[in-house]
Formats: sequence, structure tokens, C-alpha cells
Amino acid sequence: MTLYQKRKAINHFNMAMCVLTTIFGLFWLVWLLWTLVSHGIGYIDWQVFTEPTPAPGNDGGLSNAIVGSVIVTAVGTLIGAPIGIFAGTYLAEYGRGSRIAAVVRFFNDVLLSAPSIIIGLFVYEIVVVTMGHFSALAGGIALSLIMIPLNVRITENMMRLVSDQMREAAAALGIPRWKVITRIIYRAALSGIITGVILGIARIAGETAPLLFTALNNNFFSTNLLAPIANLPIMIFQFALSPYEDWHHLAWVGAFLITFAILALNVVVRFVLRPSK
Amino acid sequence: MSAEYAGQSLAPERRAIGAFGDRIFHGVTAVSALIVLALIMGIAVSLVIGAWPALSKFGWHFVVSSEWNPVTDDYGALVAIFGTLVSSALAMLIAVPVSFGIALFITELAPLWMRRPISTAIELLAAIPSIIYGMWGLFVFAPFLSDYVQPWLNDAFGDVPIVGYLFSGPPIGIGVFTAGLVLAVMVIPFITAVMRDTFEVVPSVLKESSYALGATTWEVARSVILPYTKTGVIGGIMLGLGRALGETMAVTFVIGNSHSIPNGLFYPGNSISATLANEFTEATGELYTSALIALGLVLFVITLIVLVLARLLLLRLSAQEGR
Repeated sequence: MTLYQKRKAINHFNMAMCVLTTIFGLFWLVWLLWTLVSHGIGYIDWQVFTEPTPAPGNDGGLSNAIVGSVIVTAVGTLIGAPIGIFAGTYLAEYGRGSRIAAVVRFFNDVLLSAPSIIIGLFVYEIVVVTMGHFSALAGGIALSLIMIPLNVRITENMMRLVSDQMREAAAALGIPRWKVITRIIYRAALSGIITGVILGIARIAGETAPLLFTALNNNFFSTNLLAPIANLPIMIFQFALSPYEDWHHLAWVGAFLITFAILALNVVVRFVLRPSK
Repeated sequence: MSAEYAGQSLAPERRAIGAFGDRIFHGVTAVSALIVLALIMGIAVSLVIGAWPALSKFGWHFVVSSEWNPVTDDYGALVAIFGTLVSSALAMLIAVPVSFGIALFITELAPLWMRRPISTAIELLAAIPSIIYGMWGLFVFAPFLSDYVQPWLNDAFGDVPIVGYLFSGPPIGIGVFTAGLVLAVMVIPFITAVMRDTFEVVPSVLKESSYALGATTWEVARSVILPYTKTGVIGGIMLGLGRALGETMAVTFVIGNSHSIPNGLFYPGNSISATLANEFTEATGELYTSALIALGLVLFVITLIVLVLARLLLLRLSAQEGR
């Protein structure tokens, strides 16, 4: 074999490996989704949405878990999104170039990848121990701590995409800075910021680990923020690890619902609110 | 409008209102930014306080002992630390080359119309909640491994020294090996995303000039792209490692939750996060709870080191980019 042929062969082999690894990566996505569809879709009926979780052997649905998940996610978003957006605003506007902003940005990125179970532990110690019991509020706070770094990151990036000429033009008209930011920059970066919030919701809706020690679970219908609340992820965790066949079915239904809701949010964000680069 | 023109004498007043609004808005955003800093410090401090009873009682013994016995109140974290590190290492062994291949495919090989859909599909892997990976791992993937893959690996490699360790143990599908595989699938999208982004910043002039010299695509990847993006690639790998170390639910489902050092990777083991998920709400007694929080502290310190290194590397990359 000549050197030329050898180089070509190595190239072909490695490029084939690239194609194979891509197929390998996509293969898992297909397998996971197929598992969810084949295990989950057969057991979906109205009962799932109208009745609370049953005792083993009884009929029931997931209404309490679905409502609970929506509540906990909403609390997390309502606390997390404003803080995240404001902090991102600070990094992109007032704090731009300052040392403190660099430090905040750095630790925000660390927080972004910090293990979510640690966040659960933290909120347990701060909120649950102080209140003396598990609660939906504690769960929401735990989720908000996962939401914040995500929103900080995306808000800052999106506000930085707005050209400085716009800021300067507004400043030249004598508009105070906070009005420049809230009326002009926010408007220009709106689709990006909303993308961040929706991606954040998609992320926290499926989080399980931070809820384990905070929201706990509740087999009954509850909308009380100060009491433990049912939620889909923990319900899936408990039902999947139980020995009961009908609980397994409900766990698969829950898994199917939550995954496709999250994937739908992700796809919507990517195709509808695609930020212009 | 006319009122505004007429009210020229109001100008200083309006300016004062503007400055006041500015001060408030500046304050609100700055406080929000400081909350982020306070959070990470709060996490560290609260973990240290919570872990203190256990750490002061056991000292170094906590990190090197493999005893975990709630009955005698004797706790050591070695088994959990071992499981966390080994399953993450196995995950990286698989995920790094695969992610590299995917990133290369997306940036260099794929036709343009294919790049976005494939990137999106890989990103969706990261969007699937970890509990779904856990359920799938337990009910679908583990039985598959135990029926088709593990017996075969056991026969083929089980007796080879050193490598055999990777492939020995009962082929039950649940264990450190399975946890590592599931983790690999979970971190592939994170590593791929960073690698893809860094590969995209390689100036095309560099690539084109080596193509002009007759280099093959692989040679360009190895001798131009990889050296140019070295820091970013390593940063991405560290980021993936940070994810793998802290991953909880998926591991909890498949690792087997056994408090002994596994004799082979097919044996069930435990990880820090899985121990926490399984035992924390059921822990009774101050020392037991404190020992679990100490486990959390160990995990926090390990991931903090990995993530800080990752971010420092990525920062260096973006500094290069700016030049």
C-alpha cells in the first residue's frame, strides 16, 4: 500500500466512524422515545387526567400529580425567572466589564452544571428544616434555583446581541438608562429571553432529585403550597420502583406525558422563537 | 406633546425621576446578580454546617472507610465515592470518542441541510429528564444487557487480567457497568454541544489552507481543528464529567444500591447521589442525616473542582477568540 492509499484508507475509516457515532447517538433517542410510546400510550385514558393516584390494585389516574407538577413548576418559574432575568440584565448592562460581573458570571456557569441533588439538600436545610415540614413551596424554591442560572446565561447572551448603537441612540435622546433597558433592549431581546424562560420550564418540569427532599409526594389531591404536594417526577420514581404492575403502567403514562410535554416545549422554542443570529 | 414642550422648567425634575428610577433598577438587578453569588456560597456553607457532626466524629475515616452501617452509626463514604468515580469514568470512556465523532460529523461532514436537525436531535437527548433514563435503564436497557450483552462480554473478556475487571460479575443487568453506560448516553449531548461550538470557531482559512496542501478530512481534524480547539474540547469533557458525577435519578435506578466495593463492574454498587436519593428522607438520627449531608459535601467539592477547571479552560478559549 502506498502512503497515499494508506492516508486515504485512514481517512475513510475515521469518517465512517464519525457517521457511525452519529447514528449511535441518534439510536438512543429513538430507543428512548420508542420505549415511552410503546409502554405509555396504551394506558392513557380520561381517568388519567380526572382521578388521583390510586392505592395498588385500584383504579386511578394522575390528576393530583399533574396539577402538583404544574404548581411546583409555576412557583419555580415565578421565583426563578425574574431573579435570573434581572441578574442577566445586570451582567449585560450595568455590570458590563466589571470585576464583580465576571465573578458572578463564572459562578453562575458553575451553578448551571451543579448536581441538582445538592440543590435539593441545600433547600432542605434552609427551607424544610426551618419550616419544620416538606412543602410545595420548598419544592418550587429548589426548582427556581435550577432555573436562575439558566435564565442568567440566556438573558445576558440575548441582551448582548442587541447592538450598542441602539443603546447609544437612546442615550443620546436623553432617555434614562433604566428606560433604555426596559423599553428598548428588553423589547429587542424579547424572543430570546422568552426562549430562556421556556427552556427553563422544560428543564425544571422533569427534575426529580431536587424535589425528593423538598416537595416530597402526596397521594391525595392538594393545591396547598405549604403542604407536601404530589408531582409527576417523584410519582414516577415511587411507582416505577414499586412491585405493583398497575403502578408501573401509571408510571409509564406519567413518563410519556412529561417527556413529550418537555420535548414539545423544546421543539416549539427551536422552531417558533428561533433567535435571529 | 405640547405639555412636554411647555414644561421645559420641569426638565430637572424629570431628570431627577430618571435618576431615581435608574438607581432602583440598578439596585434590583445588582441584588439579583449577588443572589447568584450568595447561592453558591450558601450551598457550601450549609453543607459544611450540616456535615459537621459526621465529619468531626469520623474525620478522615469518613472518606477512606467502606463501612456504611446505620445500625451501629458507623459511616464511611468510600463505596459511594468509588461508584461515583468509576461509573463516571466508564461514561467518559464511551462518551468522549462518540461526542467527538458526532461533533466532527456535524461541523465537517454532514451536508448543510442535515446539520441543524442532527444537532437538535442530539440536544433533545439532553432535554429528556433523568428519571426517564432511569426507568428506561431499569425496565428496558438492563434486561437487554443481561440477556444479550453481559454474558457475551463475560465469556469473552471475564478472565483477562485487569480488563476482565470491567466485564466480570453476575450478568443481572443492574450494576456499575449499566450505570456507566446510561451516564454515557446522558452526557453525550453536553460534550457534543461544546465540541461542536468550539469546532465552529476554527477559522476556515486554516482548514482551507491545509486542504489545499492535500490533507484529508481526518488529517485536518487531527492536525488543525483539534490543536486549535484543545482547551475548548477539554473544557467540554470536564463539563460532561461534572454532569456525570452529579447525575442522580438515572443512576439510582440502575446501580443496584449495594454498600460494598464491587468485585467487578457487573456487580451492583452505589454512588453518592444514589445513596442520598435512597436514604435521605428515611434517615433517622442526627448522625445518619449528617453523614448523608457529608456525602453531599464530598460530591459538591468533587464537582466544584471539575466544573471550575472546565470553566477556566473554556474562559481561556473565549479569550483567545477575542484576540
